[in-house]
Amino acid sequence: MSAGAEHVVGAGHRTRSAVGDTAVAGPAHHPVVDELTASESALRRFLFGLPGVDQVGAESRVAALSTRSIKNDAKLWAIDAAISMVDLTTLEGADTPGKVRSLCAKAVRPDPADGSVPPVAAVCVYPDLVAVAKAALAGSPVAVASVATAFPSGRAPLAVRLADVRDALHAGADEIDMVIDRGAYLAGRYATVLEEVRAVKQACGPAHLKVILETGELATYDNVRRASWIAMLGGADFVKTSTGKVTPAATLPVALVIAEAVRDFFEATGRRVGVKVAGGIRTAKDAIRYLVVVNETAGDEWLTPAMFRFGASSLLNDLLMQRSKQRSGAYASPDDFSVE
Amino acid sequence: MPERDGAAAGGGVARRERTGATGRAAGGGATPARVAVRKTYKLYVGGAFPRSESGRSYLVIGADGAPLANASLASRKDVRDAVVAARRAQPGWAGATAYNRGQVLYRVAEMLEDRAGQLGDAVVAGEGLEPAAAAREVAAAVDRVVWHAGWTDKLAQVAGSANPVAGPYFNFSLPEPTGVVGVVAPQSSSLLGLVSVLAPPLVSGNSVVVIASEDRPLPAVTLGEVLATADVPAGVVNILTGRTAELAPVLAAHRDVDALDLAGAPAELATELERAAAGSVKRVLRSQPEPDWHGDPGLRRILAFVETKTVWHTVGI
Repeated sequence: MSAGAEHVVGAGHRTRSAVGDTAVAGPAHHPVVDELTASESALRRFLFGLPGVDQVGAESRVAALSTRSIKNDAKLWAIDAAISMVDLTTLEGADTPGKVRSLCAKAVRPDPADGSVPPVAAVCVYPDLVAVAKAALAGSPVAVASVATAFPSGRAPLAVRLADVRDALHAGADEIDMVIDRGAYLAGRYATVLEEVRAVKQACGPAHLKVILETGELATYDNVRRASWIAMLGGADFVKTSTGKVTPAATLPVALVIAEAVRDFFEATGRRVGVKVAGGIRTAKDAIRYLVVVNETAGDEWLTPAMFRFGASSLLNDLLMQRSKQRSGAYASPDDFSVE
Repeated sequence: MPERDGAAAGGGVARRERTGATGRAAGGGATPARVAVRKTYKLYVGGAFPRSESGRSYLVIGADGAPLANASLASRKDVRDAVVAARRAQPGWAGATAYNRGQVLYRVAEMLEDRAGQLGDAVVAGEGLEPAAAAREVAAAVDRVVWHAGWTDKLAQVAGSANPVAGPYFNFSLPEPTGVVGVVAPQSSSLLGLVSVLAPPLVSGNSVVVIASEDRPLPAVTLGEVLATADVPAGVVNILTGRTAELAPVLAAHRDVDALDLAGAPAELATELERAAAGSVKRVLRSQPEPDWHGDPGLRRILAFVETKTVWHTVGI
């Protein structure tokens, strides 16, 4: 591990002590959250008191973790874990009920020829197709996630975005993927972003809320760390990297920064927030690298579908191909797996 | 000549003698000492020249028992990468016009002709032929490519047909490429044999992953360099050097390979490969004993890697 990598880890510890000044240890998280969000200036003070991310250190840390060799039984475990963490996603203008139904069939039984493959975690669709997905997945353990709040830009009045959420929930969505207003964040209106997350969380009720930061538009790792904290303080159940509509989407350093943030938040408040990486993850090898980074940063409590997700579509087929290779010894053909 | 430099690199004794000789020459003050430029032999995958993913290499021994060079010792992951490259390149190659494929193959022949000297030396060193016989071998290999270049736009006339049917339809049958073809190149005829098994699948628009002769891989390496500069699209031909018994079973079992030419597989290995290929229902061409590569190639190898597509078309409306 390089000196830079230690610095990144050290940064996390400093965060904890900064929070610890005001925190009451224990599962009740309200005192800390209330303290930090008591006023706009308190929030701002906290966000700018967060230690800066060492960019070179973060990148060298993930580069070192990426070389970790995951083979044989560990690889099989990782592949099955990754399959069970996939949010099988279709977010195209051309989505049809038929496409969503076939995606749902694949979500429940990813490899028709092999019943030992676990189902994926969820199917992720636009709000208007939630009802279709819900019907297709009835009786299965697969959840229905819906993007909402004027996805992907988030540029709509709050009332409209909340109505979007309520529509999705009314149609039966179990999980809501909201986008933050990056314009407000970049303009420094952090309280606005926080209030939006809170309002959406309130509208969600028991449904799980994933907050999409769109890290590709946030420009710096420091912003990713601050935005993660805003999302968590606002009540997010998951922090999600990207919409998949902007390049760059998910990257390993960004996952590292978010994993540090959820770890620090857990230590400060006792509440575990999940991480979802989305966009641009196409191969099993990439997926396993994310698992390694999260495991090494946040801990193995995060290696469950309840705490970690991949937002992806083509990733699933590569996972299935690698699984088949791992079991049969022969390299697989993409032709052996359904396109969606 | 790279092969000779490689000999210096591979054989410790030879290298010391050579260095010593050069040192003396320099000491005499006649000409300054020059460090030999030794070549690193690599794979040809996806239009690039990577080392083996495994980082391994092996010593190539010449026909006279002297070390010739170190060649990359490909691993199963190199096979995997080569098949991915071949699969990606195949639709483009098949979609090129027959005329264009012929032009590209003819250019391969031109480039081979340019490198005749180098290829001849490789054949002399590897197969132990007299220089005159090696030159004939190279000429035959160039002619073999030209012959196949001519077939690209004639294959459909010979292998296709307009079929008589009892109804108001036209009915055509057309040869189409099978897809990705794995080739185990002949072990003894390292240039002419290689070209004779490589060119046929290319004619109809297949892409190829070829495992070069295990003991005589150097002409294949040079052929890779020829192909890279001969307008052959990246990935259409991929050349791996290494242990046939290690690589061929991976290629045979690979589910994304559509056909297999077992020209250079020893009999007992060939049986094992046929069995592995059956798992994914590949087309398998097994030709034992090994044909005389100087003879008339005929259309057998070209036709082994085509699929016949038959089309009905209404008439008179």
